Amino acid sequence: MNFECRGEVVNYATGGVALDRELPLVVLLHGAGMDRTVWSQQTRYLAHHGFAAMAVDFPGHGKSDGMLLSSVKEMADWVSEFIAEVGMGPARLIGHSMGSLVSLEVAGRHPESVERLILLGTAPAMPVHPDLLGAAERNEILAPQLMTSWAHGARAHIAGHPTPGLWMRSGCQALLERAKDDVIFNDLTACNAYEAGDVAAMIKCTTTVVVGSEDKMTPPRATAHLVAGLSDVDLKHLDGVGHMMMIEVPDRIREILLSALR
Amino acid sequence: MVDPNYLKFDTLSLHAGQEPDPVTGSRAVPIYQTTSYSFADTEQAAGLFNLEQPGHIYSRISNPTVAVLEERIAALEGGVGAVCTASGMAAFHLAAATIMSAGNHVVASRNIYGGTHNMLNLTMPRFGITTTFVDPRDPEAWRAAITGDTRVLFAETLGNPGIEVLDVPLVAEIAHEHGLPLMVDATFTTPYLMKPIDLGADIVMHSVTKFLGGHGIALGGVIVDGGRFDWAANEKFPTLSQPYDGYHGITFAEEYGHQALSMRARAEGLRDFGAAMSPTNAFHLLQGIETLSLRMKRHVENAISVIDFLETNDAVAWVSHPSVTTHPDHDLAQRLLPKGAGAILSFGVVGGREAGRRFIENVQLASHVANVGDAKTLVLHPASTTHQQLSADDLIAAGVSEDLIRLSVGLEDPEDIIADLSRALRASQKG
Repeated sequence: MNFECRGEVVNYATGGVALDRELPLVVLLHGAGMDRTVWSQQTRYLAHHGFAAMAVDFPGHGKSDGMLLSSVKEMADWVSEFIAEVGMGPARLIGHSMGSLVSLEVAGRHPESVERLILLGTAPAMPVHPDLLGAAERNEILAPQLMTSWAHGARAHIAGHPTPGLWMRSGCQALLERAKDDVIFNDLTACNAYEAGDVAAMIKCTTTVVVGSEDKMTPPRATAHLVAGLSDVDLKHLDGVGHMMMIEVPDRIREILLSALR
Repeated sequence: MVDPNYLKFDTLSLHAGQEPDPVTGSRAVPIYQTTSYSFADTEQAAGLFNLEQPGHIYSRISNPTVAVLEERIAALEGGVGAVCTASGMAAFHLAAATIMSAGNHVVASRNIYGGTHNMLNLTMPRFGITTTFVDPRDPEAWRAAITGDTRVLFAETLGNPGIEVLDVPLVAEIAHEHGLPLMVDATFTTPYLMKPIDLGADIVMHSVTKFLGGHGIALGGVIVDGGRFDWAANEKFPTLSQPYDGYHGITFAEEYGHQALSMRARAEGLRDFGAAMSPTNAFHLLQGIETLSLRMKRHVENAISVIDFLETNDAVAWVSHPSVTTHPDHDLAQRLLPKGAGAILSFGVVGGREAGRRFIENVQLASHVANVGDAKTLVLHPASTTHQQLSADDLIAAGVSEDLIRLSVGLEDPEDIIADLSRALRASQKG
C-alpha cells in the first residue's frame, strides 16, 4: 500500500488487511539494506490481533520512492513526520538493527510520536567492518554475502525456517541483492557513524529490548550498554539466535511483541 | 578480505533443512507419514489457515519430511524457497499456474522433454495459455517471439535429447529486458554442475526423480524460487502483485516480497491443485541428495569414458555431447559447466532406425527404460517413446533423428558399460 510523505510515495505492508484507524498504530522499521518484508512473519499476525500494523519501506528502499536518508537522525525525523502524516499516532514503534537506532532517536527526540518502544538486534553504536563497508561502497555481491553470513545464528545456517520450504540464508541474501545500488552503503555508513550518546536517558516510554545470544552484529555485551542507560526497560534474551531474530524465531518474537504491545 | 564463511555444497547436501529430531533425537530425517496435524487451540488453527503464522495443516500443503527436502534443494540451488510436487511435470504445471492465467503466452525452447512439449503445445492451450517454440541457440528468435501476453521464457539447461547447452545469462538478460522471468528445467545438470539462479534464472525446476534422487525408486518434482525477480515491477503478474481473495485480500508481493512466488505456489497451488509429494518419496529422495556430489562426479567421468569409446566405434555414426569438441555448444559448456556437461548423451547407430532397434534389443547391462539420471545406465529410442507424440516435422525441429539413441550413463564400472555397448553395437550391424 502507498502513502505520501514529504511529497514522495511511501510503501508499506499492513498484513494484507485494510488499515483500521480505530486500532492502535504499530510501525515496524527494517534494518540496513532491507525492506518491509523482513517483518512478514509478524505483520499479518499483529494485523489480526488488534493492531493497525504498518511495516514501512524507508525512502529509497523496497517500493518507496524518495532520496536515501544519510543519517540515523534524518531517518528519525522522517519517521516522526510519517507518523504525524498518518494521523494515528502516537505509535508503538518496533525497530530492527538500523531500524532500532532510528526508533531510539524518534523516541528520544520526538517523544510525542512514540508511546511504546521495542528494539530488536540493537546497540548504542553499530561499527561496521571495513571490508563490508568497502564491498558495499563498490556495490559488490560480497556485501550481501557478508551481511547474510554474520546476521544469522549457527542453527539458521543449516535449517529451521519456520515456513515450510523457505531457506533462510538465501532469503536474506536475495533481499539484500534486490536493494538498489548504494542503498546498503548508505545505510551501513549511517549505522557506522551513529553514536547514541545520551538519547537513552531521554526516553520516557517503556522499552522492550530483544537480544540474541549468537548475534554477531549487535552482540549481547553491546546491547547491555544501551540497556544500562534506559530507565524503564524489559530485556528479553533469546538463546541460540542471531541478528535476524524475527525470521529465525518468529514464534518467540510474535509472543514478545504481542505481550509488549498489549 | 573477509569471507562469508558459508557452509559449502557437500555439507548442505547432508545437513540443509534438518536438525536432529528435537523429540526423539533421530539423526536421520524421520518420515512423517501423516495427513494432518493437531492444532494447539482454535486460535493457532485460525492463524495457520490465515497465513498469520507458519506451520503444517495438511500434508497436501506441507509436510515436515517434504519440507526438509524443499529446504535442502533451495539451499543447494541458492533459492529463497522451494515447493516439492508429485512429479517433475507437476512442478512445471505448478509454476505455470502460479504466474499465468488464460490469455497468457510462453516462449519456450523447442528442444525440451517431450512431456513438457506436449503440455505446452497441446494441453495448456485448452486453458488459454499458448506457447511459441524457438531455437534455444538463437537470441533473436527469443526476442521476436515475445508478445505483450508473454509471461515467462522457458528452457532446459541441457536440452532433450540433443543436449543443447542453454546460455542462461543471455536468455535471462533477454527475459529481464522485457520484464519477464526465465524459468529453467535443470534436471540434467543438478546444482552440482550448474546453479542457474547465480547465472540469472528466476525459477528452477527439477524432476527430482532423476539425478537428484539418483536411484530411480521415487517420483518427485520441485520448483525453486530464485527470489531476485520483482513480480510487482509491472502489471504482468497480478496473481502475485494484486490482492487475492483466497486469503482475504492478501497481496503476496507486498507481504512476502522476494518470497512471493514460493508462498503463493504453496498457499494456492498445492492447496487447490493438490499435486503434493508423498513424505516417503521425500525421504527416499533425500537419501539420494546426500551423495549428489559423489555421484555426479562419477556420472561425468563415466560419460567421458563412454564418449571416448563411441567416437572410435565404426558402428556409431555420430556422438552428441557438449564435451565433444565438434558439439556447437562446446565452448559455452566449458564456460557454464566447468565440472562437466552431464551424463546424458545421444548417438546415432550406423544403419538408421532398424539398426537402432537391434542395438536397443541387444544391450544386456544397460536398461531400456523411459527414464534418465538413474544410478544404472539407461538407453532409449526417443522417436518411439518419449517423443512419439511429436509429428515428423516437430521431431526434426526437436533434433530427434530416427537413428538417435539416448544414453544416460550410470555409475557401473565404465569397462562393463563399454563392454555392453560394444556388444550391442556389433549386434546392431548384423541385419
